[in-house]
Formats: sequence, C-alpha cells, structure tokens
Amino acid sequence: MNLKTKYLGLDLKNPIVPSASPLSASVDTVKALEDHGAAAIVMYSLFEEQITHEMHELDAFLTQGTDSYSEAMSYFPEPDEFKNLEAEEYLDQIRLLKKTVDIPVIGSLNGVSKGGWMEYAKKIEEAGADALELNVYYIPTDPSQTAQTIEQLYLDDLKTVKQQVQIPIALKLSPYFNNLANVAQKLDQAGADGLVLFNRFYQPDIDLEKLDVTPGLELSTSYELRLPLRWLAILYGHVKASLAATSGVHTAEDVLKAMMVGADVAMMASALIKNGPEHVGKVLKDLTAWMEEHEYESIEQMKGSMSFKKVAEPAAFIRANYMKTLQSIY
Amino acid sequence: MKRKMVTIDGNEAASYVAHKINEVIAIYPITPSSPMGEHSDEWSAKGQKNIWGTIPRVTEMQSEGGASGAVHGALQAGALTTTFTASQGLLLMIPNMYKIAGELTSTVFHVSARSLAAQALSIFGDHTDVMAVRNTGFALMASNSIQEVMDFALIAQAATLESRVPFLHFFDGFRTSHEIMKVEQLTLDDMRSMIDDELVMAHRKRALNPDNPFIRGTSQNPDVYFQGRETVNPYYIAAPGIVQKAMDKFAGIVGRHYHLFDYVGHPQAERVIILMGSGAETAQETVEYLAAKGEKVGALKVRLYRPFSIDHFISSLPKTTQSIAVLDRTKEVGASGEPLYLDVVNALAEKAAENALPFSSFPTVIGGRYGLSSKEFTPAMVKAVLDELSKDRPKNHFTIGIIDDVTHTSLEWDKSFSTASPDVVRGMFYGLGADGTVGANKNSIKIIGEETDNYAQGYFVYDSKKSGSMTISHLRFGKAPIHSTYLIERANFLACHQFVFLEKFDILEKAQEGGTFLLNSPYPENEVWDKLPRRVQEEIINKKLKFYVIDAYKVAKETGMGARINTIMQTAFFAISGVLPRDEAIAKIKGAIQKTYGKKGDKIVQMNFNAVDQALGHLHQIQVPEKATSTIDLIPPVPSNAPDFVRDVTATLIAMKGDELPVSKMPADGTFPSATTQWEKRNVALEVPVWDEDICIQCNKCAIVCPHAVIRPKVYDGKILENAPATFKSTKARGKDWPEGYMYSLQVAVEDCTGCELCVEVCPVTNKQDTSKKAINMAEQIPLRETESKNWEFFLNIPEYDRNKLRHDTVKDSQYLEPLFEFSGACPGCGETPYIKLATQLFGDRMVVANATGCSSIYGGNLPTTPWAKNKEGRGPAWSNSLFEDNAEFGLGFRLTIDKHQEQAREFLTALRNEVGAELTDAILNSNQREEPEIFEQRQRVEQLKDKLKKMNSPEAKNLLSLADYLVKKSVWIIGGDGWAYDIGYGGLDHVLASGRNVNILVLDTEVYSNTGGQMSKATPTGAVAKFAASGKPLYKKDLGMLAMAYGNVYVAQIAMGASDTQTVRAMLEAEKYDGPSILIAYSHCIAHGYNLKYGMDQQKLAVNSGIWPIYRYNPELIKEGKNPLHLDYKEPKIPVQDFMYNETRFKMVTKMNPSAAKKFVRLAQEHAEFNWKRYSHLAQMDYSFEVK
Repeated sequence: MNLKTKYLGLDLKNPIVPSASPLSASVDTVKALEDHGAAAIVMYSLFEEQITHEMHELDAFLTQGTDSYSEAMSYFPEPDEFKNLEAEEYLDQIRLLKKTVDIPVIGSLNGVSKGGWMEYAKKIEEAGADALELNVYYIPTDPSQTAQTIEQLYLDDLKTVKQQVQIPIALKLSPYFNNLANVAQKLDQAGADGLVLFNRFYQPDIDLEKLDVTPGLELSTSYELRLPLRWLAILYGHVKASLAATSGVHTAEDVLKAMMVGADVAMMASALIKNGPEHVGKVLKDLTAWMEEHEYESIEQMKGSMSFKKVAEPAAFIRANYMKTLQSIY
Repeated sequence: MKRKMVTIDGNEAASYVAHKINEVIAIYPITPSSPMGEHSDEWSAKGQKNIWGTIPRVTEMQSEGGASGAVHGALQAGALTTTFTASQGLLLMIPNMYKIAGELTSTVFHVSARSLAAQALSIFGDHTDVMAVRNTGFALMASNSIQEVMDFALIAQAATLESRVPFLHFFDGFRTSHEIMKVEQLTLDDMRSMIDDELVMAHRKRALNPDNPFIRGTSQNPDVYFQGRETVNPYYIAAPGIVQKAMDKFAGIVGRHYHLFDYVGHPQAERVIILMGSGAETAQETVEYLAAKGEKVGALKVRLYRPFSIDHFISSLPKTTQSIAVLDRTKEVGASGEPLYLDVVNALAEKAAENALPFSSFPTVIGGRYGLSSKEFTPAMVKAVLDELSKDRPKNHFTIGIIDDVTHTSLEWDKSFSTASPDVVRGMFYGLGADGTVGANKNSIKIIGEETDNYAQGYFVYDSKKSGSMTISHLRFGKAPIHSTYLIERANFLACHQFVFLEKFDILEKAQEGGTFLLNSPYPENEVWDKLPRRVQEEIINKKLKFYVIDAYKVAKETGMGARINTIMQTAFFAISGVLPRDEAIAKIKGAIQKTYGKKGDKIVQMNFNAVDQALGHLHQIQVPEKATSTIDLIPPVPSNAPDFVRDVTATLIAMKGDELPVSKMPADGTFPSATTQWEKRNVALEVPVWDEDICIQCNKCAIVCPHAVIRPKVYDGKILENAPATFKSTKARGKDWPEGYMYSLQVAVEDCTGCELCVEVCPVTNKQDTSKKAINMAEQIPLRETESKNWEFFLNIPEYDRNKLRHDTVKDSQYLEPLFEFSGACPGCGETPYIKLATQLFGDRMVVANATGCSSIYGGNLPTTPWAKNKEGRGPAWSNSLFEDNAEFGLGFRLTIDKHQEQAREFLTALRNEVGAELTDAILNSNQREEPEIFEQRQRVEQLKDKLKKMNSPEAKNLLSLADYLVKKSVWIIGGDGWAYDIGYGGLDHVLASGRNVNILVLDTEVYSNTGGQMSKATPTGAVAKFAASGKPLYKKDLGMLAMAYGNVYVAQIAMGASDTQTVRAMLEAEKYDGPSILIAYSHCIAHGYNLKYGMDQQKLAVNSGIWPIYRYNPELIKEGKNPLHLDYKEPKIPVQDFMYNETRFKMVTKMNPSAAKKFVRLAQEHAEFNWKRYSHLAQMDYSFEVK
C-alpha cells in the first residue's frame, strides 16, 4: 500500500505526523514514535515571550536585595555564564532529535516581536530543523483593532521569517477569521509553504468557588476534527501551500477523512498522549486495512476527493444550521 | 612586566591570592569575611586552578570551630590550607590556633578584623578579635589597604612556609574588606617566584602518613611540658627576619618594598603616631600633608605585630622622635594600656635599660583608642592626636573620635581641618537598597579604575533595616593614589536618588561650595524648586551648587527597568560630573553593561542600553533662584510625644547623627527600652492595603500573615466610635458570640507598612461586583498618610478585647490578641516574623526570648529602634541575644533560673503560709496554669500576695517579694534560624532537647543562612542554589524534626503558616503547653529564595501540597493515652514538586545553568517527597496501645 505523501516539500512515508506537544520533549518518545511509523515530528513550541520573561525574571531575582545590607551584598552565587537563557535547551533538543531519528523534525515557534521571530527562526534552522511551523495567534482584546490589522500581523510575521530562513515554513492558524479562505490565500501568496488547521487554544474556565479564571486544555476528541475538515475542504485547490489537519485526529478514519478533504498530513497529539506512541502503529494498520478493504492504492489517490470542489453536494460544507439542504435546481 | 590593574575590595584581594596558593580551604560564613569564602568557592566551582595547576577544595563547615578543626586536620595531613573568618568566628578558632602554632604548622588565616560582641554585637571593624588571639602563637600581620591585602597575603604565605610559624593576616572589616580600590594584581608568576616549592614539599613531608608513621599531639606532664613549650623559641626569634626577607624578595619581584615597620612623614619628625590597619593610611595622608607644611610629624605603620621585633621597631623611628602616640583599635578593659601601646612602652623601656635608645631622651609615650566598630578616623583626628603630643602634659589613655563626657578620655578635634585635595573627585550618592545605587557606583568605579589612568576608591554605608534601606556611596577618583580611609566630608559631587530623603535628612550637609547636586525628582523641572524643603534650597544657594534633576523613575518605567534606576543615575553622573568626556563615558557605560548583563541575555543588555540613551534626554540643569522660598521643613525623626530616651537618644540615631552622641547617653550595660519601633515612622511603602469593610468576612488571615504587624483587627463596644475620626472604618462584628452592639475594625498602620502585599494575596474574599478586588486592596500611601495615621492612633486607644474570652486556638481569635512584636526591620514580605509575632500574641506577656544571632536578632535587636514591645500593663517579651552558637543553651539557662526562682518562691511561700494566709497560699501553690484563664487568675493572686508582702518586713517576705512574679508561669522561647539550629547550634540544641526541660524552640527555617547572604546550610533542600552550592545542592535536607522525634519525649511540629494557619496556631499552643522541650520548625519564605515575596504564603502551600514540606505535630502526651503521638497535618502529595520549585529562582536557575542536573534534582526531590509521605504516614499509623498496658 502506498501511504506516501508530500508535506512542505518533504517526502513522507505516510501522512501521520505527531503535532506540537510535550511528546517531543523526550528523545525516547520521539524514537518510539518513529519506530511505530510516525512520518515526521513537530516539536513542542518555543515561546519567545516566555524566554524573555524568564530572562527578566532571572535578572530581577538575582538582583533582588543585593547591595542593600552590610551583611548580605547578594543572596545568590552567580555563574560566569548561563545556559539555556535563549532557548539553547530547545535547540539542543532539535539537534539531538536530528541525530537520533531519521524522520523530518519540524520546529515550532511562537514569537511576540519582530526581532524574536527572526532570531529564533534562524536559530531553529541552524539547529537543523527540516521545516518550521509558526504557531501564530493573537487574542485581540482591543475593540478598536480591525480584522485587517490582525491579518496584516500574520502576513508580516510570515514575511519576516521567510526573509531569514530557507527551510519551508508552515503557519498554524486559528479558525477565527472573517474569511479564512481569503487569509489563507494571502498567506499562500506571501510564500507560506504550508497551512496547519487548526490551533487548539487554552480556553478559560471559571472556578466558582474561588471566583478565579482557570485556563486549561483538555485532550481533543474526534468530533473536533469536523471544523478542520470543513475548512480544509474549502481551501483545497485554492492554495499552493501544503495542508495539515490537526485537532481531533484520533483514528484511521479521522486520517482518511482528513486526506479526502485535501490534507497532506494528519497531525495528532491527544490520541498519542492518551494511548502512547504505539497508537501510530495501530492507526497505520487500520488505515492500511481500510484502504485495502476499499481498494484504494494510495493516499494520493484519495487526496481532496471529498473537497468542496469535488463533492457532489458542496452545500453540505457550507450548511451551518438546521436549514434544510437546498437541492440544486439546475 | 606590566601587571593588570583591577578594582576590587579587600576580601577579593585576600581570597584571590589565598585561592591561588592553597590546596584546601575550610570556611564558615561570618560578616565581614564571608565573601572570601564565597569567592573561593565560586572560583573552585568554575574550575580555577592554583599555581600548581590543581583546583583548591573548598568546604563549608558547621561553625568556625569546625572550620578550624578541619583546617588543623588538613594541615596535619599535609595540604596547604587556609581559612577566612572574623570576630566571634576567630574566637571559636582559638583552641585549634594554639594547637596549630604549637605544632609549628605553616598556614595563613585571613581575617577581616571585626568588633567582638560585648555590650552589643557589632559587625563592623576594629582589632578586638585579632587582639584576642595574640597569645596563640600565630604571627599577626596587618594590611592597611587593598593593595597591601593582596601583597601581604602572599608575603605571609612565603614567610609561614619558611618560618613554620602560622600567620594571621588581618585587615579592617568593612573599611578594607569592603572598600573597592584600584590595585595592581599580582601574577601567577609573582606567586610562583615567592613560594618556594622545596618548602611546600617540606610541609607535606611533615604530615601524618601511615607510610612513615609518628604521633603528634601527645599528652605531656609536669616533667616536660614546660620545656616542650620553650622549644619553639628559635622559630619565633627567626620569624621577623624571615618576614623581612620575604618583603625584600617581594620588592625585587614586584617593586613595592615593605618593612616590618614602615615610617612615613617628616624625616626629622619629633611627634610620631604609631598604629596599624586602615587608620594608618589616613595617618599617612595627614602627616604627609602636615610635613609638607613643615610640621615635624610622622607616622609609623606596624606591619608585623607578632612576633614583635623590638630591634626593627626602634630602628624604624626617626632619631629625632620626642613624643609618641600609640593608637589601638581595640579596648582592653582593665589593662594598664591597650596592647600595641604596652608593646611600644615595653620596647622603649627594654632598649632604654640596655642604653640602646637612639633618641636624645626617652620619648613621651601616650596611648589611645580610636575607630572601634568602624568609628570614623579622619585626618582631623590624626591632627588632634599629634597636637596633643605638643602639649606639656598630653593626655594618656585617651580616646579619639567620640565625646566621652563620663570619664573624659576623649580628645577634641577640629572638624574644619581637612586634607582634601582639589584634584580629587569626591562623590556622595544617597540611594535606596532597592534602586541599585550601590551596584551602579561599583560599576562606575570599575569603569574609571580599569579604563582610565585614574585611581578610584569606593566605600558604601548601609542601613540597619532590611526594608526600605538607605545606602550612601562614597566615591573618590584622582590621578594620585588614594589613602583616604574615611568617609567623604566634602563632596564636590552629591547625588540624591530618592526625593523623600530631602525631607528626612540634611542631605546637602557634606556638599562642598561650588559642587554639583544631582537629584532624582518625580516633579517636572519647572516645579521641582518649589517642592524642595527650605533647608535644601538654602544650601543650594549658599553653597552655589550646580543643580541638576532627572526623573529617573519615569525613565526606568518607560524602559522596563522597574524600580531600578541604577543605569539611569549612573549615566546622569557621568554626563555632568566631567570625570570623562561625555561620549566616551557613555560608550564605557555601555561596555560595562555588556560585561555585567551580557550573560543574562541580550534583552537585558538592550533594556539597559535604552535606559542609558533615554537618561540623557531627561537630564536638566535648574536655574537656581536667588532666594529660598520654600515653607517645607525637615520632618522631625520622632514625634514630640515619644518617651525621653527616644527623643534624646533614639531620635539622634534615626537622624543619622549618632556619632554626635556622647558616652553619657549610652546605657552602660547594653540595656535598652522595649517597644521603640513605634516611634520611627519610616514611610517606606509606596502602596499600602486599604480595607473594604463591606465585603470583609473578618477571618483575620491578613493580620496573621502580616510580617510587620501593621494590619490589625479589633472588636469593641460600638459606643467608642462616638469619638472616632471621620474616616475611621468599622462594621458590625460578625458571629453570634460578640456582645450586642460590638463593632469590628481592621486598621492599617500605613506609616509602618512596607507594602509587601502578603495580606492582599492571602485575603480569601473576592468582591462580587468586581472580582479583581478583594476585601483589602493596595492603594497609594501618600494620600492616605495623614488620615490613616490619625485612625491608627484612635485604633490603638480602643481597649483590647478580654483575652480570657477569646478562643486562642483559632486563627480568627488569635488575631484579636495584641502583637508584642511590631514594625521590625525585616525585609518586606518576611516569612519569619509572622511566626514570632504570633508567639507574642499568644504568650507575649510572660515570654522570655533567647535569640540566636542571625536575621531575627538583627531585625529584632539592631539599633536605632527595636520591635519587641509591651502591652498597656507594661508586660511584654524580655529579649536577649547571646551568640550564634549558644542560643539553645542560653535559653535553657533562662529556664534553669526561672525554675529555681519558682521553686524558691514556693519554698518561701510555704514557710510564710500563716502570715500570707492559708487560702491564698494554697491557691497559689496548687494552681494549675495550663490554660490562659488559670494563668490570669494566678497573676491576680500573685498581685494580692505582693500587696501583702509589701506590708511585711521579714527577710523571707522581702525575698519572696523579689521572687513572687515567678509564681506565674513563664514561657521560655529559644528562637533562631536554620543556620543556628541545623548547623552551628545543633550540638547545643540537641542537648537542650535531651534535657527534658520546658523550653520552646522556634526554628525559623529559611533553608539558608539568610542574614549573611544565602549560604547553604544543612536545611538547604535538594536542587536549591545557594552559596557553597553554586550548582544546586545535590543532597537531601537534614530532617531535624525526625531527629527530634527520636527522643520520644520532645514535642515536635513542622509548620507552614501559608499551608495551614490553623495548624500553626495549634502547634504553638500545644508546644507551649507541653511540660518539656518543644521544637517548632517553621517554613519561612525568604528573599534568598528569589521570587516576589507577596506569593510567599502561596509557595508555602505548594511546598506542603507537593510533599516537599510535610507538616505534622508529634505530641508525646498522646503516648500516655495509648495514642499515636504523630499526627500528619498534610495529605498525600497531589501536585508535582516542580510546581513548587520552579516558582523560585533558587531552584529554577539550575535550568539556566545545567538543564539536565535540574531535571535530576526535580526527580530526586519528587522521590524524596513521596518517600517522606510513606515514611511519615507509616509512623503516624503505628499502634501505640501497647504503651498503656
């Protein structure tokens, strides 16, 4: 069975790629994922804001209380140099993974400043990543900010990074755009090598007893795949960029659906966190079995076969409420 | 060869050489010598090697006694070994020093000389400690300046190896140990040339070695001990010559030529001053100044004090010498003179007896004391001493530098005399500890010292409080070497980094006419003049000062620097002082920033660069008007209603005029009145808590956690409110137990608050309309100051609720008890003080406290004002600090006396039963006093008894009257930190636990030596970075509670207020009630943990919930009931230890140094937390029913 696919210009042996998650923090886990058949690995995200914050935090707390009191000029010994201040641990992990596994390693970056995007994209490339996924998101809280401004931010980030690095760049998007297809097209034109649909966000909850906001993230379910499915179907054929389905990919069926609406890869994290690396093997086995049973020859064969452009009843993709499906008149 | 010039302090100079020429270093932290050990440890941790290419092994011991033992052992085993210490630490080394010297062992101890604790502890410099070891057989060598510290460290090592006499190399604590100076750094080749490897091998050969066995350290008897003692004479006779030989050799290599005694001044001097230490530099500066004017004066600097070479001494003095003043920086009470003076007199007398004096006649010799505890010693004082020598009958046994109006020893000095050169830039900078002023100035010195051909000197004066503490930096720069070892008296540049100082102190007093004044002002340049106090305006006008302002906090805020204005003020200084051309200065500042912050990441560097650039645009020169117009006056240091002593003495200290207090104003025996912090309104908080009475649930959690006792609740009869100030807040007291019409108020002492926000964090109430608000919220202090001060005063006058009607074992009610520990000098957000305060609420009126030296003795007993207070009846904790190491024993002594007194009182009372009356006598003798009301009743009965006794005349009655108070139960508390309890005082603590006596030990466990700056103790947990554990402590924390429980009859509780305040209150009550030894080990968050301490209580909760800090109570009384004595007050750990650890820099910084080690530490800590849970829960489940069979 030919499960091969192409994503971000990379030839992959199959469409199953573990997405950005803590799984990539352990070399052993990544090795196991590879052994069980994962075609590539997306690293956990590097957050510029966190790096900057930790730098300031270290500076502030090592300085706190110094030179204030005769008996204690300082409270900590200070090493001549610090390590891992600017993501060395992350970059080392990329290097280590590149040494340990043969599958492509895709970096993941969340920047907050132009300088940050440039600096860390370059470093990730230098560390040997085969591609880079930009984990871009803005939660706009300023009511005066227009949709256009925000879309422009995405474009700017992409352009900034593209200028710096040669490796393929994918953008992981949120579904919250007025016209996602338009944004996707603009990003595509600006040189995005791939679009990853969709980012899952921490969503705030309320602790009623403490009257506290408690952000958190639950593992996904297959149901959540439906949102990416719709938008992949709509985008398929409108962009040159590779497409990745993520959020809610748990089973071989989910993978098949993702391929059929036009994705090049199906990314999973929750299912692997829950079931372990061996789950990749199971999905691949099920995938192959289904394809055999249904007499498919290759993944390529089914790619986009159920996209908006190709399905018999495209209206189903745009139906958003209980209104009856209107059959075509002509 | 040109050597590198470095700007370093004395401690670094000494340890730099010591680390290069030793193999083993055993130390223990003590101010002001701690940095020597810390440097050595850091250098070894970084792999820096000594001149033989190996990394010296540095070991932190449990006490100086331990360090000297380890040094002795290491020496006996043949290693080149050293140690660093001071003061009490040196005293603890004395026994080993006799041994080391007796065995003719080569070593050099480096000592930053410091006062000894007598009537009071002092961390500052004098020679009292060194003089206390002058008979150990150690050679004593004094360095007077930073350059000499480096040079003599090497010369002493060369001399000890050749002479086999051990050396103590000392320099003045703080003045030299902490002064930063530009010096020439010795090279490794210099050291190799000075140290003879043959002698090193000879030293090694003398070592204990089973391949060539011998015994050393025998026990000798009357037949030979004496002769044995005399065997060392040849070595001591030879030693001075060997030292001089080493000095000569050094001169050949390095160029600087020292002698055992170095004379400076007029070649035909008639009047000579003799001294050693940093004061000799000032003496040199003064005599050279006077000699240049033709005065025949000189100074003799003593380098090698022991062995004292009379020949070298006599030949060093000019033959023209007619009179001599010997200055000792020590006091030997009861002696016929201070040590150096006696040596000089003796030397002259011996030579005179041999008819070998080179002088025309026997010189007049007087001796005097100066500079105790870093008391200033200025050119004016040197001149006063020299002037005294001109008198027909100069005063002997004088003092200089103080006003002694009791025994009239002091000499007067002319304060207007100055040797200050116009070629020297003298800058004074007033800042806050937290604003980074000192750091910036240290940086400036480095820039000027290392990047220009100027000489540079910096000295820094700190506050006695740890919150809102003021710093004064004294910087000198000039083309010629600087010998001024005294504070700046005439500043040609003066900067005030905090506007509020202008209202409190006479900041411009030291400004020199025509100088420059730089002010950090929150007001725009066109308004600032009118905001200045009148005194400041007048001084600016009269002294014709050039006046500049900058709003540094605005720049800091805009550039992300927070409260740190260091870089900004430093830029302003360079921009206007003209020390360097402006552009060059800016470039050098940026270079220094890159050097200092580069390792912390480019973001930090850029932030500072930006601050430099922004600073220049915000700096403005103010056109000074011709007339002072301000109506603002200086705020008096204490209010007019303060007690006499406070107005008379304390206020002078607060106003920084303590130097002016004469001897008669000081208590003769170190006894001071309680409750003085209330008079020092420090106003250090920018924001203070404000109470929302409408939503408060009156849980009083804010009050129990407040480190400074500034937030207090009261319940009272509502009628009192008739006279309340208009803004005084109150609400109906919640709960059905209060009498009808009773009201509740929560009042904040805004002038005493440090703004730590612990109270806000711990408040459990959220405003239902706006969940960002709690029942207490922070608000700006200044607008509240006046009204809230009045409210506080009103609040204090509301009567306390009857103690006997409160349930002391609840958090809520415990907070209605009056705290008798208030407004201490502890850090904002301190984790220790809430426990102490709670103990004073519960037992304060019958509490005697033994306090180990450390943070708690400093914020508890450092002048000018002290926090231990008393109630309206005049009762309160009686507090004393003995030493660091002996605190448990000291407290046990209290108990022994109290028990003895009580026993004796009972005996007298029994004997006087008929006279006193059977009913009262029996009631007193049979009283139980287990609970507070019973103690109250007993106190009433004892008052009755005292009334009766006052009317009786028998000796028994009088005796009983003096002992009657002991019939009321007293509560003995032994308080200290983990450095004391786990390390230096553990032997004593263990003995006291084993004594079975009724004492209460409170261990304030910050898991490091907090007071001396965060050195590792045995309480330091796995994975925490501390000094001497620079890469994180790999071992587990010592389980002190488990050790104490092993006795079986000791009450043990491990507590953490932030995790369970109820458990804390109960444990304290149970411990106190238990009639035997009790120990409370209290988790105390600390500035040395590295996070914003407003989260201190949250961290405590995480520590307990993760199992890192188990909380439990072990009550031996339960055993008698057949119950398991151990009760766990925490549950099986539910959250990973990482959730606790990585909120604190002490743990988290390992991830920025060695990520894989960090992971290992977390794993170890996790395993240990889980193991502890299993172990403790197993113990807590054991069946004790067999006990009652």
